[in-house]
Order: sequence, then structure tokens, then C-alpha cells
Amino acid sequence: MTAAGRSLWDDAWRSLRRNRAAMTALGIMGVVLVLVLFAPLLSPYAYDSTDWDRISTPPSLSTGHWFGTDDVGRDLFVRTLHGGRISLLVGLAATLVSLIIGVAWGATAGYVGGRTDQFMMRIVDVLYAMPFMFFVILLMVFFGRNILLIFVAVGAVNWLDMARIVRGQTLSLKKREFIEAARAGGVSTYNIIRRHIVPNLLGVVVVYVTLTIPQVILVESFLSFLGLGVQEPMTSWGALVNDGAQTMETAPWALIFPALFLALTLFCFNFVGDGLRDALDPRDRRGR
Amino acid sequence: MRWIRAIDGGADMRASKDNAGKTLLDVRNLNIAYRGELATVEAVSSLSFDLSPGETLGIVGESGSGKTQTALALMGLLPATASVNGSAVFEAQELLGLPEYRLNALRGNRMAMIFQDPMTALNPHLKVGRQMSRVLEHHQGLSARDAFEAAAGMLDAVRVPDARTRLRQYPHEMSGGMRQRIMIATALLCKPALLLADEPTTALDVTVQAQILAILRELQAELGTAILLITHDMGVVAGNCSRVLVMREGRLRESGSADDVFYRPRDSYTRQLLAAVPRLDAKRSTQLTAMSDADSGATEPLLRVSDLRVAFPADRPRFFARRRQLIAVDGVSLDVRRGETLGIVGESGCGKSTLARAVLQLLDGYSGRVCLLGTELGQLRQHELIAQRQKMQVVFQDPLASLDPRMTVGDIIAEPLQTFEPQMTRAERRASVQRMLARVGLLPEHADRYPHEFSGGQCQRIGIARALIARPELVICDEPVSALDVSVQAQVVNLLIELQQEMGLALVFIAHDLAVVRYISHRVLVLYLGRVAEIADSVSLYESPRHPYTQALIAAVPIPDPQLQRSRQTVLLRGDVPSPLDPPSGCAFRTRCPQADALCAAERPQLRTVGASELACHHA
Repeated sequence: MTAAGRSLWDDAWRSLRRNRAAMTALGIMGVVLVLVLFAPLLSPYAYDSTDWDRISTPPSLSTGHWFGTDDVGRDLFVRTLHGGRISLLVGLAATLVSLIIGVAWGATAGYVGGRTDQFMMRIVDVLYAMPFMFFVILLMVFFGRNILLIFVAVGAVNWLDMARIVRGQTLSLKKREFIEAARAGGVSTYNIIRRHIVPNLLGVVVVYVTLTIPQVILVESFLSFLGLGVQEPMTSWGALVNDGAQTMETAPWALIFPALFLALTLFCFNFVGDGLRDALDPRDRRGR
Repeated sequence: MRWIRAIDGGADMRASKDNAGKTLLDVRNLNIAYRGELATVEAVSSLSFDLSPGETLGIVGESGSGKTQTALALMGLLPATASVNGSAVFEAQELLGLPEYRLNALRGNRMAMIFQDPMTALNPHLKVGRQMSRVLEHHQGLSARDAFEAAAGMLDAVRVPDARTRLRQYPHEMSGGMRQRIMIATALLCKPALLLADEPTTALDVTVQAQILAILRELQAELGTAILLITHDMGVVAGNCSRVLVMREGRLRESGSADDVFYRPRDSYTRQLLAAVPRLDAKRSTQLTAMSDADSGATEPLLRVSDLRVAFPADRPRFFARRRQLIAVDGVSLDVRRGETLGIVGESGCGKSTLARAVLQLLDGYSGRVCLLGTELGQLRQHELIAQRQKMQVVFQDPLASLDPRMTVGDIIAEPLQTFEPQMTRAERRASVQRMLARVGLLPEHADRYPHEFSGGQCQRIGIARALIARPELVICDEPVSALDVSVQAQVVNLLIELQQEMGLALVFIAHDLAVVRYISHRVLVLYLGRVAEIADSVSLYESPRHPYTQALIAAVPIPDPQLQRSRQTVLLRGDVPSPLDPPSGCAFRTRCPQADALCAAERPQLRTVGASELACHHA
């Protein structure tokens, strides 16, 4: 960060590289990302065009429908990877929103304390009390269906959990002597939160983020199922798994491939999260 | 994995026949090792000693010397990852490798153990009476009623007032000293032949420590129990042990009678250890005397605290009642002059740390005035206060906890510079940090490491470097050495003294260890229940204490000199420090004072000058 030659992130990266599970997961995530971004270009089919000759056909290399087709004859390979774009985008963007608001809100409320804390946390309580579905429907009615609104809606709800967790951690950190030492050393409130509180929250936050991303991906699929999320012919992993589940007996491939991608990604997030938590804690680095 | 091998095949025979009347416990070639993934750690290596009935054997050593491991091995309490070998024969029975059910018949019955922390060694969910009577029901098959009576009798013996009420209470309802007395009573219920006392008084205040040690000595004389007293405090050893083992890093360095070890130490480490112990009866070092002469000229005080009072809101006794107040600091006034050291001593809960935090403006509410060089800090706005903080820095008690675990040492030390010297470039800051590191005895490359990679003493040096880098005029040290081993304590205290002289610093040195305070301080303030009991220069305070509390406090400190310690007349104080929620009327000390009378209960004594000291007492 400053005078020293090693920053927190340099060190974390160095230690993460020694963690095999996390690095493997990171590798798989990279492959998934590349596939999702570029692989649809390899297929002759478009995500929304119907192959009238091959409706609900199993995977086959010869036809070019590598993952088979769905019940209206759309190519599942292209749809799965296309759906991945939406799912990952929603997962990452909504989590980022909740991360930024939640950490800032929770750390401020916890550190400043007193009336400010009471006031800020009561706002959180009020927002908690709002029914999520009602909130989403309201947004849709006022602003029309829009993928951006999903980020806003999911992020707006998820930051509440993050804020509570962060506040709790901050309260216990605040009593530690190094925070008092910083106050006695004339460090301003903003700098204490930025330099001392937030870095020490990272472990908890990172783990929570890796739990949030899968959760957001699932929430998105639920919204799609209700007709409030991604709209046909656009799709997402959640929506594909839902469709696939309905034709599970006749066309299992329509469930297997999207579910495989979804599960693989969620696993990877968990391993990377675990690895990051360890890597961000300098105390864990020895003997690894 | 535990594997045991009796080194000496004839150990059982010998203990039972030849030494039957002489040796209670015979430990031969005890080895304890922990096999980790990377390396095997030898906690204890080839330790041999023996113990006769009714004898007190002291084991002294610093942390990591293996003294607690030895006790745990004898009690069969080591974790399964420890591999133990050697032999330990207790009453003709080999303890190592004894099956659990046979050990259980011995533990709590023939041999018992007292642990260091009285707060955690009692089960918080069981009433004290239940915990005590279970021991008797198990080992002696007494009925619940008889066991309860016997427990009450034992509590009387350890001088717990109102024993029957106490037996119906939970551990959290009692003070630390009371709990330790209950631990001792529990351990002695079955009149064991051997008592393992692992740092039994380390967590207690000195006046309570003196009470507990006196009780232990009395009961030992009465019951003929042999005591294995494990401690790091040479003073405790001197006053209580007939023989002493000195351990370091798992090895026995020296053993012998207390007199031999203290007066004629053969081992270099023992000599170092003894030299490092600050002694209450020691003369002040010449270094310090020179200092105090230099600042004899009357100048404006650097820090002036007047009538400081800190109260915390506590619980409501009843639903509609007013909140009670915990008065942590109650009307303290003090001055600190440039370049001098003011020591503040007192028992736990007397408000030392609260006083420090109030002076440092780390507390939200206090009344009274804190003036640094004539500027009243309480009146300042936030940014003005930040500017003033450069002159006043702090060193905390827990060396590791006071350093941010996620920052490198270089960043930690540089932080005050970022605040107070924002114009410095990164390179200048780095250079300054390197100089400071070298000054406190660390290496420049340590700047890139993290706090957890350092030992306690090194962490405290880092804390000192951080406090001094912005060139303050006053450093408040809140128990800076109490978490450190004796030899490291001495190094840190000497470092503080050196830096003080070099930079002309004033120090406020808060500690509960009177000997350390004497060593470093020019003047000493004695705090009792948030009030000043006595202020005097350190020579007069220690040589002719006037306040009865100061007298008792000084008398309670064990001196590491066996003959002197045995011949000292100790004035034992009654009871514990009263709760600051409900302080006594009049003089705060009157409930424990031998001289208390009606005047003390009626009127609060004001500070007045008597001879060389200022004190608050009606009688002195």
C-alpha cells in the first residue's frame, strides 16, 4: 500500500497460487468464461432460430447440435452459453452492487455507532420488511421489463444481508486495540474504516460474496420462471434449467447441460472464495 | 499417537521399596514431543526430578519452557497428538500410559491440579456447590448432603466468607480471587498427596495473590500435601518453595534448593533470569537518578489532568429504577512534567486503563479537564484534536492485538507519518521507518513482514516504534510489558528508558507490577477504585509508603529473595476490591483498611501533602 514493497493483494495472489483447489477452480471458471463469450460464434445456429427438422433431438456431433435441441428446435449449445452470459452478468453485477453498498453501509454504521448506527440499521430493517416479489413487480410495472432492473432489484435486496454481516464484524473489530492505536495516532474516521476496518473484513466478505453469486443466479432463474426476469427468446441458466426440468423424462439433455454449467460455476466460486479467504489472511500464510 | 516406554524397568520396585517413605513423585527422563506435519516439536526433553511428601517444588521458566506441559503429562491431560515417554512414578504407580479409568481414580483424589485461569476452569453452568460435591461423591462415595457439608467446611478452610451462600452461586457471580479459592478448595477436597498448581496466582492482583499463597501454605502444613508450583514469578518461588527447577525450552537448566538457586546460581540462564527480574527492593539505577536531577527546574507541566471523572452507564437494578453508573475514574488530578516518567499502579479494575483512554481522548464522555501544554483537549474540534495527537502517543498492553494483522510492519509504523507529515514522499517515509526499526532493535527487512511473524517482545518494539516515529512529547504506556516474559520485559523497559533520554520524552507508565514501575518511574501515583490514594516520588513511595493501601500493596509483592521473603511480615488485606458500581461511602479503601474508623465511613479524604507525598487518608 505505501512504504512497503509488498501490498496486501500481491501477497494474497502469491499465496492463492499455491492453493491447488482454488487455482483449478479459477482455471475452470476461465474456461467457462471464454466459452460463454466466444463459443456461440463457432456454432452455425443462432440462439433464437428454430431448426424445424430437429425438434427435441438428442445431442449429436453430426447435426451440429452438440447439446441437442429443445422442444421448439432451438440449439441448446448456443442457448446454454448465451444463457451463461446473462447468469454470470446478473450474478457478478448484482453482487458487486450489494458488495459496495453493503460494505460501506455496514462498516460506517458499525464504526460510527450510536444514533447514526441506529438510524442506518433501522433503514435496513424497513427495507427488509418489504416483500421482495412485490418490489420487483412494482419496478417492472413502472419501468417496463429490462435486464438492468433485475440487477437493481437483486442488488437492492442483497446488500441488506451484507450490511448486517459487515456491521456485526465491525462492532467486534472496533474494540480491538489496533483500532484504538490508530485513533490515538490521529487517523481520521474515514481512513480508519478504509485502512483498518475494511481490510480486516475481507475474509468474511469474500466468503459471503461467493455465497451471494450462486444465490443471485438462482433468484434470477426464479424471476424468469415467473415471467419477470429474462424474456424469451433470451435465456439464462436458471431459465434453461427450469425448461429442462419440465421435459426431463423425454429430453434429459435439456436439463443436464445447463445444470452442469450452473453447478460447475457455483462450485468454482466456492473454491475460489475459500482460497481467497485464506490468502487474504496473512496469519494463514505460513506453512502452506 | 502415544507411545510409552519405561526407560528404567525397575522404577516401580525402587519407588515402592527403597524410597517408600521419601519420594512421592519420581519423574525420570520425561520427554514430550508434538509431531507436526513439518517438524517435531520437543516440548520437554529428558526431564527428571522427584518430590517428597509435604514438600513444595517450584518449576520456573518463561513461556514455552515446557513447565505446563510437564504438569499436564503427569495428570494425563495432554492432547492425543503428544507423544510422551519416560517414567513418572506416583505412589508406586507408573502414571504415564495408565489407562483412563485408573487415572480417574487418582485425579481429583490422590493428585489434583489448579489451573491458571480461574475464570475458565470452573463450569459456568453448574453451581459451585454441585461442582465441589461431585468430586466427593465420585471419589469417596459420600451422599449428596454429606458432600455438601464437606464442601462448606473446605470453603471455610480457604477463608471464603459465608461459605454456604457461595455454594449456591454460579461461578460468574464471584470475583477472580474468590473463584481461585474455590478451585483450591475443590482440589483439596479429597486431601490429595500431590497438588499441581499451574500459575495459580498469575491472573490475580498482588494483594489477592498474597492471600491465596498464604492459604496454600497453611493448608499444606495442615494436610501434608506436596505442591508442584509452576510459575514464572521468581518472587512467588522465593517465598513458597524449598526446592526449585529452572526450565528453558523444555530442558532443565538448574535444580537445587531455593537458597542455592537464588544466591548461588550455577547456570548462566538462571543468572540472566534473576538479573532480569525487576526487584521491589532494588535501588534506583543511576541512569534514572541522573534524569530526575535534570528536570528539577520548575516548568509548566506537559500534561495536566484536573478532577477527571469517567462514568459508564451500567444496568438498571430494577425495571423502573434509574440506570446505575460504573464510576471508573473518580476525580483524578495529576501533572506530568517534561522528560519525567509518572508511574500509575493499582489493581485490576482500579481505572488505570480508563484513565489512560480518557487522557488520550479515546472515550466519548468524561468530566474534568485534560490539558496538553496548556491546550484543553476536550474542547477541541476533531481536526484540531488530530493535530494535537502528534504530541501524545500510546503503547498498548497486548503487543499483537495492537497491530493491524493485515498491514505490514512498515505500513504500521509509517501510519502516524501519513497523518502528521503528509508532505513526506514514500521514499522518505520508508527511510524514516527503517531508521526507527533500527533504533528499536529490529532489522530493516522486517518492514515487509506481518505482525504475526514476530514474538511478543518484537511486536512491542514495533508498537513503540509506531508511537515514537512522529516525535511525540508524551507517550502513555498502558501495561506495556505485562504480557511479556521477564527477560523480554527488561529489554523493553530499558529500550523505553533509552529512548526517553534520547528524545526527552515524558512517559506515563501504567502497570500493576510495582517492581517494574519502581524501576522506570520518577514519580508514582497509586490508584484505588478510581481515586488517587497516594502520589510521591518513587524513592519515598517505596521506602516509606504512607497510605495504608500503598503499604499493603508493597508488602504483598513477593521479592525474589528466599530469606528476605520468608522473614517479611506481610500485612494481608481482607477481601477483594469493592465493585465500582457500588463504592463504599467516605474513603474507598475503608472496607479493607486495618485503620478504618467512623470518620473514614463518613467523610471522603482529600489529597493532602504529608512529608514527600500527597495522599488521601484521614489517618496517615
